[in-house]
Amino acid sequence: MGSFGHYLATHFDTLKAEFWFLFVGGVANGLLYAMVAVGYTLVYGVLRLINFAHSEIFMSGGFAGYFVLRAMVGSTVPAGFMSVLIIVLGIAAAGTAGAAAATLVERVAYRPLRRRRAPQLAYLISAIGASYFLFNLAGKEFGHLSVGDPQPYINHTVFTIFGAPVLMYDLIILIVSVVMFLALDWLVGRTRLGRGIRSVAQDAETASLMGVNIDRTIAITFIVGGALGGVAGFLYGLNIGVVYNMGFVPALKAFTAAVLGGIGNLRGAVLGGLLLGIVENLCVVFVQAAYIDVVAFGILVLVLLVRPTGILGERLGRTA
Amino acid sequence: MIPTFLQRAPIRRLLIVLGIVAVVELITGPPGSNQYPTSGFTGSYAEAASFFGLFRTQRWVEFVALALVAWGIVEFWTRFGATIRSRGSVALAGPRQVSEKRPVRVGFALALLVLGILLPHIVNNAFWQSALVTYVAIYVLLAIGLNVVVGFAGLLDLGYVAFYAIGAYTTAWVTGALPTPPPFGHPLDAFWAIPFAVVFVVIAGVLLGAPTLRLRGDYLAIVTLGFGEIITIFANNLYGITGGSTGTKQIPHPVFHVGPIKYTWGLAPVPYYYLALGSVVLFLVVFSLLQRSRVGRAWTAIREDEVAAESLGINPLKFKVMAFAVGAASAGFAGVITASADNFLFPSSFTLVFSINILVLVILGGMGSISGVVVGAIIIQVIQAYLNHTPPAGYQQPDLYIYVGALLITMMIFRPAGLIPSRQRRREITLYETSHEGHPDEVLLGDDV
Repeated sequence: MGSFGHYLATHFDTLKAEFWFLFVGGVANGLLYAMVAVGYTLVYGVLRLINFAHSEIFMSGGFAGYFVLRAMVGSTVPAGFMSVLIIVLGIAAAGTAGAAAATLVERVAYRPLRRRRAPQLAYLISAIGASYFLFNLAGKEFGHLSVGDPQPYINHTVFTIFGAPVLMYDLIILIVSVVMFLALDWLVGRTRLGRGIRSVAQDAETASLMGVNIDRTIAITFIVGGALGGVAGFLYGLNIGVVYNMGFVPALKAFTAAVLGGIGNLRGAVLGGLLLGIVENLCVVFVQAAYIDVVAFGILVLVLLVRPTGILGERLGRTA
Repeated sequence: MIPTFLQRAPIRRLLIVLGIVAVVELITGPPGSNQYPTSGFTGSYAEAASFFGLFRTQRWVEFVALALVAWGIVEFWTRFGATIRSRGSVALAGPRQVSEKRPVRVGFALALLVLGILLPHIVNNAFWQSALVTYVAIYVLLAIGLNVVVGFAGLLDLGYVAFYAIGAYTTAWVTGALPTPPPFGHPLDAFWAIPFAVVFVVIAGVLLGAPTLRLRGDYLAIVTLGFGEIITIFANNLYGITGGSTGTKQIPHPVFHVGPIKYTWGLAPVPYYYLALGSVVLFLVVFSLLQRSRVGRAWTAIREDEVAAESLGINPLKFKVMAFAVGAASAGFAGVITASADNFLFPSSFTLVFSINILVLVILGGMGSISGVVVGAIIIQVIQAYLNHTPPAGYQQPDLYIYVGALLITMMIFRPAGLIPSRQRRREITLYETSHEGHPDEVLLGDDV
């Protein structure tokens, strides 16, 4: 007991010393999880399904961004306007690739089953098939080894919070994700399209009677979620590099985030992502790095058992 | 938006066929790499290829030809398929009735068993003799176990590999091959691993199942998936207990020693084949008896409509946990046999990929149909063994998973009940899909709404 007390005491000291440093990293990770979690939640809203292939949408964004960087970044690390341009192009390519992959998955793996009103098990299996197909195809075409992204910017400390450095990378994630979340909030909450998505989420049959084109709404929901997931894949790859199965672990965590915030709830997904990212990063102090994935999974099981509706509650069809 | 001529049914089907054949060309083509990411694509369409050994040509010619042939078949089938099918089912009605009689079925099963016993002497080839164990028998055992969970009870378990791993690690532990001291302080024979493994996997099944089986189907899938990953993480990192990422290489061969009878398994695969075959037969008998018992009917009821089952006095959680534990038992068995046949184990063999590969065996044959699952497992595993043994040009081992993924989607679109569906399951799916009553989980978003 004494040694356990000692263990906690020393680790809490480390936690106090490292808190802000870990916090910044946690927020950056959390925003990435949130971008992916939003995709899960959007699709869940309209289809009542977990899109198991979302991890591959993330991966395709990562690869699209990687190829843009390879084409654009020369032997020296670009700076200034050039950096911004390359990152914007990378985001555009990754978003497009993510949206394309999501559309493909929807058309091939979901729509035929929807036409037939297949039971839920069939959707899950066909989504797993799609995921499996896509990431192994990526492995075949782009190799099975991880490769680092060429750096389009100098990753220097931009400013510090309580002594903890905020790197360029963290800042890019912050700006891109906040812009995308605001745009999404506006899209879903304020536009005609968003009204369609919300109405399908609330009651698909009634929505269709009111003149909402359900096929189109579902397709657009996949595109929106896919674009966000693809961009998240690109931002993730900037730091970690890309590999054919890169989507698996982040997607599992993003799913945890979506459940944590309350599935079907957009703001909940963002909150859940941030919370998971921060908690997970702070846990680095207490457990070995190898067990970090276990922490996220433990949180998932705990949430599902204690409060399956998540922190903000499942909200389908209501504003954001 | 889309030109009208493209919307005409035959043209649309042609476009779909072209897309599918393009994908087929791609996945059978040469691989690329992250240095040359386009080489896989260019190689798949622009490279010289032999046209089924007939003449030399370019792969894109092969592609166009294949697509046209496939389109022809599709068009033929859309026009005459219904007639052929109804005539076929009329012609098959007689034989089918005969085949469903009990003595015929039992006789057929016995004939297959005899074939199974003679098989290692028929193939008489070192690779295939060992493939019968490592590729086929073990996987049949795993597939019929997963079938209890997915097929009988309708629960999607993506962490099935965990039970297999527990079986294998238990064997290593009992025989003293792990850093953890074996039970009772001294190494035991691998046969003693069986009771330990069965107890452990059943406990693991109950521990995992009791909290998670209350969840909805998709949540269950993701939680079991995470569980499978966690087992791998622990196996990889607990050096002092599991031997860490290098696993162990010292699992002894089992010895059967009761009274005067003593038999030692060695390096030869055939004795292991009989061990595995014996276990397969044992579990086949147990599972088919279970399927026809009260328990099996309860599983079916829960799978079809959980709320209705509950209102009939069935405790869904109890029976779901039971399905988990029962299905896990055969995976534990498979783990014991593999570990003792291979003499080694590595945590890297127990990954998500493995769980999904087993799932495919179940889906192809037909969820819930024992004979279907056995046939499906044999087909896929023989193909896999063949591809690994004599890989065609451009084929790498992980390519199999691309085919597997495609197969899962294809089966769900065209034949969700599997190649040899159980009669009940087929009826259920048709009923489900033709019913217009709302179901709580149903996605009522068909084309016509």
